[in-house]
Amino acid sequence: MANQGPAYYSPYPAATYEGVITPPEGKALLLEDVVDEETAMREVARVMLTSENATIFPGPQVLYGWNEEAKKKATLIKEMSEVLNAKMIPMYDYRPKYPKIDAEVEINPNHPNLTIWHNNIKAAIFIGVHCHYANVALKIVRAETDCYTIAICGLSGHEDAMATLRDQHSHELEKFIKIAKEVKAELGK
Amino acid sequence: MSKITDMTKTHNWSGQKLVSIDHMLFEAPRTKHFMTGSEVLKEAVKRATVDASVSYPITPQSEAAHLIGELWAEGYVGVYFRGENEFGVMSEVAGCSMAGARTITTTSGPGTLRAMENFAQWSGTRAPMQLVLMARGINSPLTIQPDNLEVQYLLETGCMIWYAENVQELFDMSLAAFTVAEQPDVHVPIITAVDGFFVSHTREAVELPDDDIALQPYDPYAAPLPPIDSEMPPGRFLRDPFVMKSNYISYATHASWQWEIRSAVERSKRYARHLLNGLVHITGNEDAEIAFVTCGTASNQAKEGQRELEKLGIKSKVIKLRTIRPFPEEELIEALEGVKYVFVPEFNVVGWLANEVKAKLYGKVDVNIHAGPRVAGGMSLPAEAIIQEVMEVVNPGKGA
Repeated sequence: MANQGPAYYSPYPAATYEGVITPPEGKALLLEDVVDEETAMREVARVMLTSENATIFPGPQVLYGWNEEAKKKATLIKEMSEVLNAKMIPMYDYRPKYPKIDAEVEINPNHPNLTIWHNNIKAAIFIGVHCHYANVALKIVRAETDCYTIAICGLSGHEDAMATLRDQHSHELEKFIKIAKEVKAELGK
Repeated sequence: MSKITDMTKTHNWSGQKLVSIDHMLFEAPRTKHFMTGSEVLKEAVKRATVDASVSYPITPQSEAAHLIGELWAEGYVGVYFRGENEFGVMSEVAGCSMAGARTITTTSGPGTLRAMENFAQWSGTRAPMQLVLMARGINSPLTIQPDNLEVQYLLETGCMIWYAENVQELFDMSLAAFTVAEQPDVHVPIITAVDGFFVSHTREAVELPDDDIALQPYDPYAAPLPPIDSEMPPGRFLRDPFVMKSNYISYATHASWQWEIRSAVERSKRYARHLLNGLVHITGNEDAEIAFVTCGTASNQAKEGQRELEKLGIKSKVIKLRTIRPFPEEELIEALEGVKYVFVPEFNVVGWLANEVKAKLYGKVDVNIHAGPRVAGGMSLPAEAIIQEVMEVVNPGKGA
């Protein structure tokens, strides 16, 4: 069960109640620490490259080509999964589906732990998920699994993830992919 | 008739130049006016690029609601209509807000309680609408006096609650409120409260920026929920309630959702600190051993008491809380450094603010918290009553 994150073993914890808040502009969050964006990107890449069954969970904001930025981001996420040797499981519909959810095919924010348990995922990136749903899913994941969660967010980030990168658009994703390639080379992966 | 025209990148539908909240609150030149709280709320809404407002009459907010309707006729508000009752109003406000409209409404007293279920629904759907509450008594025998007991009922609805002391704060707060409520990492409804009559019907000097500027419109596409369309009802969960699925989903989702709403309210602090120039405001003697912790017009009366005590050679200070949800715990603890006695003057019978202060400070500060003085039923709270209570507690047996 949960053994990572600032709220530790609390059932359905909330990081704000432990005094952890989303990072200020230009910064990122690693557990309770506010760090430089590049530092966080390196750590995120290291965790993804060294964790069992690392998976990217893309949400509706990057699954559908509803604007040019979404299309560009989606292409970069595909490249990111290749660099990180990560699987992809989409979060394309927010409606509760239990017990019919097929955890092999999708993750649902209302019972994300099922997907993570089922696939034995130890590190996960949430990207393009609407913030409310990301926040709920991240709380449940942190409470019920030992998965290291990473939020790559276009807005102000998510303190309930173990690592948060905020204001992430295609320019920042390109930067992250470049850093991930460097980390991958350093790790000899 | 409304003279609504197309919105552009630089101007809204009524031709006002769009500006940032910082420009509106801190940079735009201001001129002095003499207005009631109802009139000043009209001035705030006029500068807020409001898409929708729904109203229902109840004293003392009826005039404010009426004046927002005037703004619709003048072309400053997109949609305005009267609901069938307060429950209907708050439901319709929710619909407007979830559809992506910047929405405001007003109510008072019993209307608040009639609509009560909606406030928890508002926060649950995370729609950033604003209620301006002009507080009044709620109980039988019927009263229209400015008691603020109804705020106690709102404390745990998940909405943010700010409290304005006077017409100037009402103007500034109601503009800042939209901005903070609409931040993507906050995105919860906000209640801007004032004490009815004392603020709504009192004419005071107020500094206002010109009315040819207005806030940038609300952008529902920056919202942390998917925007409404025919395939996607607001929040999605409204169509497919978790409780219908299984106890497990209901437990997991509601538990984490409730924590998340309260987390969102906590996240609002950084924005509120900036736009309200601090979550608390302190007047009086910095090194005082006596402090009044207040909100709303009780702050004004406490300041009067503070000045009278100073004449008697007794140092005191007033710590005014501008926000109740989020509760400014850190700021209050810091302001209480060196304080031995805390008094919480209130305009209600239960002392809800004193209860809040005690709960938040329990085990964190070594201070004697005195839950009073307080009045009820709309009675005024004269400085003499405050001084008498202080003297009886601080100086027992020796009188005021």
